[in-house]
Amino acid sequence: MTQGIQVAGLYVHDQDEALQFYVDGLGFRVHTDARNGEYRWLTVQHPDQPDFQLGLFRPQAPTVDDATARGLLEAVAKGAMPPLVLVVADCQAAYQAMRARGVEFTQEPIARYGAVDASFRDPSGNGWKLVQAR
Amino acid sequence: MARTASPSADRDLKLLRRLLRAKDHMDAAPHEEWPVSRLARVSGTSEAYFARSFRDAFGIPPHRYLLTRRVERAAALLRDTDLPVTEIALQTGWNSLGTFGRTFRDVTGESPGALRQRMQAIPGQLEQVPHCFVRAAQRPDLRMAVSEKRRRTGDDKAGATETEVP
Repeated sequence: MTQGIQVAGLYVHDQDEALQFYVDGLGFRVHTDARNGEYRWLTVQHPDQPDFQLGLFRPQAPTVDDATARGLLEAVAKGAMPPLVLVVADCQAAYQAMRARGVEFTQEPIARYGAVDASFRDPSGNGWKLVQAR
Repeated sequence: MARTASPSADRDLKLLRRLLRAKDHMDAAPHEEWPVSRLARVSGTSEAYFARSFRDAFGIPPHRYLLTRRVERAAALLRDTDLPVTEIALQTGWNSLGTFGRTFRDVTGESPGALRQRMQAIPGQLEQVPHCFVRAAQRPDLRMAVSEKRRRTGDDKAGATETEVP
């Protein structure tokens, strides 16, 4: 077995919308989409990372109360959540392809510090850095 | 349907997300002009509504946020480049050197020139520390000499602007 991080999750405002973004926009694959009543465990995977799942979770009862869920979603919508980094072989090419698929970029590719990086957000407000592998 | 949020809460979240778009636009191009009319358009709100909503969401009026971003970028250019202050003022969105200097002092508490002098003195030395340690570790014979030299430079106030080039 491989030891290490298996799942890390994001809070999203709408799981259907997030699923469409991560699958159609970024090219991820669905790993698990399981429902239990109101609750939906939804994870996606980067095609090159079969050992890691990115969870697309909605903060909701009974995990958190309604007011807390609202506060968390507000923080996401205000762009206040921690940074995420997606590494690609060619930042410019990835930027063009993702933009053509409707991904909202907040910074075009810039060459600096000996690398190229761009920034985008998911529909909920989670911010990603798109970094070219060195 | 797993959604439990009320329609009004949903609307508020979508508004915040659109206000974030205005903030992102200022972050991407702080040197550009961002009148409320332009920001409101980015966020899809009325002008009257925009300024108040932005301040409620981010704790700072949009215009002041833009100024802080400009000053932040100017400070980085003062620290990391040798560009003349006038050029930095133009690059970061000011039309007049006077306004730039005044705003910069109001925000940071010191003049662009003073900040440049202070920042270039400090990080230059910090940047050298790891290199010095690496070299010192690899060449034990030089260890005392390097640290002694650094100590002397630190003690010598008159020579504080002098930096060691590896």
